Amino acid sequence: MEEPKANVTSSGSEHGEKEDGAGGPIILFFILGLIASLLIGWVAFPPLLYSQKKQPIDFNHALHNGLVDNGCESCHFFREDGTYSGVPKLAQCIECHEEPNGEDPEEVKFVEEYVKNEREVPWLVYSRQPACVFFSHAAHVKNAQMKCESCHGPIGESESLKPYQQNRITGYSRDIWGENILGVKRHSWDRMKMDDCAECHAASGFSGGSVQTEKDGCLVCHK
Amino acid sequence: MKVDRRSFLSFVIGGAAGTALTPLPWKLTDDLSIWSQNWPWTPVPPRGETTYVASTCTLCPGGCGISVRKVDDRVVKVEGLKGHPVNDGGICPLGLAGAQLLYSPTRVRAPLKKVNGSWREISWDTAIQEIADKLKELRGKGQPQSVAWVSDTDRGTVAELSKRFLTVYGSPNFIRTPSIQDSYELVLYLTQGQRAMAGFDLANATYVLSFGSGIIEGWGAPPHLFRAKSAMQQKGGKISQLEGRLSKTAAKADQFIPLKPGTEGALALGLVHVILKEGLYRKDIVQNHSAGSDALKKIAGDDFAPDAVSKATGVDAKTIVDLAKAFAGAKKPLAVCGRGNGRQEAGNAQEFLAVHFLNALMGSVNTAGGVFAVPEPDYVDWPEPEMDAAASAGMQQARLDGAGGKDFPLSRYLLNRLPEALGAGASSPVQVLFVNQANPVFSLMDTARVEKSLKKIPLIVSFSAFMDETAALAHYILPNHVYLERFEDVPAAQGFPKPFIGLAKPVVAPLFKTRHTGDAVIQLAKAVGGNVASAFGWDSYEACLKESLGDKWDALKEDGYWVDAKFSPAAFETKSKKFEFANADIALLPAYAALKAPGDDKTFPLTLIPFDTLRLASGPIGAPPFLVKSLEETLLQKNDGLVEINPADAQKLGLADGADAVLSTPKGTARVKVALSEGIMPGLVAMVRGLGHTAYDRFLAGKGVNINSLMSSVEAPGTGFEAAWGVRAQLTKA
Repeated sequence: MEEPKANVTSSGSEHGEKEDGAGGPIILFFILGLIASLLIGWVAFPPLLYSQKKQPIDFNHALHNGLVDNGCESCHFFREDGTYSGVPKLAQCIECHEEPNGEDPEEVKFVEEYVKNEREVPWLVYSRQPACVFFSHAAHVKNAQMKCESCHGPIGESESLKPYQQNRITGYSRDIWGENILGVKRHSWDRMKMDDCAECHAASGFSGGSVQTEKDGCLVCHK
Repeated sequence: MKVDRRSFLSFVIGGAAGTALTPLPWKLTDDLSIWSQNWPWTPVPPRGETTYVASTCTLCPGGCGISVRKVDDRVVKVEGLKGHPVNDGGICPLGLAGAQLLYSPTRVRAPLKKVNGSWREISWDTAIQEIADKLKELRGKGQPQSVAWVSDTDRGTVAELSKRFLTVYGSPNFIRTPSIQDSYELVLYLTQGQRAMAGFDLANATYVLSFGSGIIEGWGAPPHLFRAKSAMQQKGGKISQLEGRLSKTAAKADQFIPLKPGTEGALALGLVHVILKEGLYRKDIVQNHSAGSDALKKIAGDDFAPDAVSKATGVDAKTIVDLAKAFAGAKKPLAVCGRGNGRQEAGNAQEFLAVHFLNALMGSVNTAGGVFAVPEPDYVDWPEPEMDAAASAGMQQARLDGAGGKDFPLSRYLLNRLPEALGAGASSPVQVLFVNQANPVFSLMDTARVEKSLKKIPLIVSFSAFMDETAALAHYILPNHVYLERFEDVPAAQGFPKPFIGLAKPVVAPLFKTRHTGDAVIQLAKAVGGNVASAFGWDSYEACLKESLGDKWDALKEDGYWVDAKFSPAAFETKSKKFEFANADIALLPAYAALKAPGDDKTFPLTLIPFDTLRLASGPIGAPPFLVKSLEETLLQKNDGLVEINPADAQKLGLADGADAVLSTPKGTARVKVALSEGIMPGLVAMVRGLGHTAYDRFLAGKGVNINSLMSSVEAPGTGFEAAWGVRAQLTKA
């Protein structure tokens, strides 16, 4: 503590004028730094972290949902062997959209670009989990009788697909961490992180896992 | 206001404090950990729908049913097909690794033409037209017989199309690659008068005497035999294995009797001698259903008394008598022969004859637990092609390989004689050679000689799906689809005791610009024109296949196989209508004599013998990486091939286990490592077959030594068959 004092004194003799007001600028700079970083962290960083991508076709879930008999499972079905089909393939779409059914420009684009060229639509999947995560839809939807909305939200009522925000570091969708950068969630579908899985597993008493910790075993999801 | 050091530091401290109050550091930490746990460059197989396609494996002549697991359009696994009559869910390592052949980097992706020593991609139409032009030119010059065709089989629609092409074009030179089928077929023809394939009901035998056959090492239909062998042993059956080294089959047998390789026939005749002398044979059967048993007494005369046989074979006289008694005393004895997996050489037919006599003496022919004459498939029943003058004249010419000619009247195919037939001169009697499903440059004995002679042929056309050694030597490659991409009939399951047809089906659409060889042949015929074209009325191979299989097509497409479950063998078709131990045809063959390993004993004090493993492929297939990686370190260490030697011999030579050594034979020299084994007879050294490729990819090329490059061809007297079982060798410290 002695040395800085000596330092201040010695420099004070040279820059006597500034010495008096030294406390002011130091605090000012501290506050400036504080504000700048808060701005960066809260305002600039979140949009920088994600790139915005448009879905190849703006799909209308609400419209389709009104036309099918079996809800989500009409298109997002379980195969005979119990595995989940995920995002529909072109072959399914062609059953109705061999030719455009209406004049919607998105449908026309779909038929022209994908159906006619027999190209699969490169849909961007909001809920795609990292490859190290094992997830079985059958276990949750068939065995545990969970609703699709519990994790995916009311996407079936949407008339338009929101932009896909891709994390520039991980490559996964923003929907995994959640829209809220703080990670605050109001609905069960707002986030799809490991804690969200664990929360529900704990609440539902499903622990099917570790003997040692009596908690969910790592190997339930990380095979 | 001047920004001094203190202000700056305080700005930084403020910034740090502020940053800690934002989500930035916590979010970045999380993202970086996700990134590092899922490196984007780590391949992750795409998800998709899992489906299974039932098909037939064609990687060997075993005819196993396979169930191919796909995720969307990708093949991810090949499994044995449950409920299949041949393998019932079983599969061999090569079958399991089949997906690696489909996605192999050495696949030929489009038709290729060699221009100034390097490959150039050309269109199918151009390739077929250019080859057809050459064929038309030869035919115009009156030399249609200078076209030859090498194939791994002479059965099934593709082989029949090839044969039809050659016939109507005017060449008798269709040549099948050698295997023990040559000897077995000849033996069944000689003794039973039938053109048939040998099938073995091993599962129902009670005692199996195996003269070096690798029952669990690829002989016959591999998974079928694993099960049959286990089934018979579980029921209390016994196996005695006779061979020069402790093979896997020998290790799993109930009795392993070391025998000097090459003397199997002597031992078989020795057993016949004891059985006849002591009257142990089934007198009812021999008296009523056979002819020539008196002649057999001469064939297995005093030269084959136990003492003499003991001297020749290295098996002591008492063991010979005991073996004969055990064989004759068994309820359902079965003797089998053909060394190793039986896919490399035809063998000495007289040895096969002796072994078949053993079965006949005990009534083990065409009965449960015995050897069956399975009729050759007859579903390919096309109208005879109309022959023009050029075709008829060409077909009158003698075969180049001498099969069926005056020296070898009983033989059908002698590919091993082709190098000699190509002559020493500069010009070649073969102007065009087609090669389908065969790799003679790798798999015939004395590969240097084979390569040198094939290089004289002005035009070699390979149908290989892979850049193998023979394809590399060719002038055109018209790549076939890989077996998982094509339809093809499998006309028999080798060694299976019932008539069987399997159907290979396309599991995935062809990945590259390949074409079915059946289609290529039809198109080639159409391009040649005239009578050749008229003989091929089909629009496509698939149409031809469908027509040929007729009413079996639907069942085959549905189940993948057809089997004659209630098969009962036809009556003997010899003159006497009985089993003949002797007749005019058999008399055409010289008496049995053990064939020597080529090379002089002084320079080459040891004898090198090949052996087979299920962990390597043979014939036209190069082992995929899964197999090479699974090889035990007594076969391959890094890129070094190993030679197995008895510790006593090694000590004399001053060689320790793992030592570097040089192995020389009259045909070549190779650097090897030494693997000591108590299981090999002194005086012998052994090396695995299927390594030492120069073609293919970095997973296979340059690994180990191709034993065929060290072997020397041995022509069996009377048949001309390839009968090399070993070669004299010298092993010295490197």
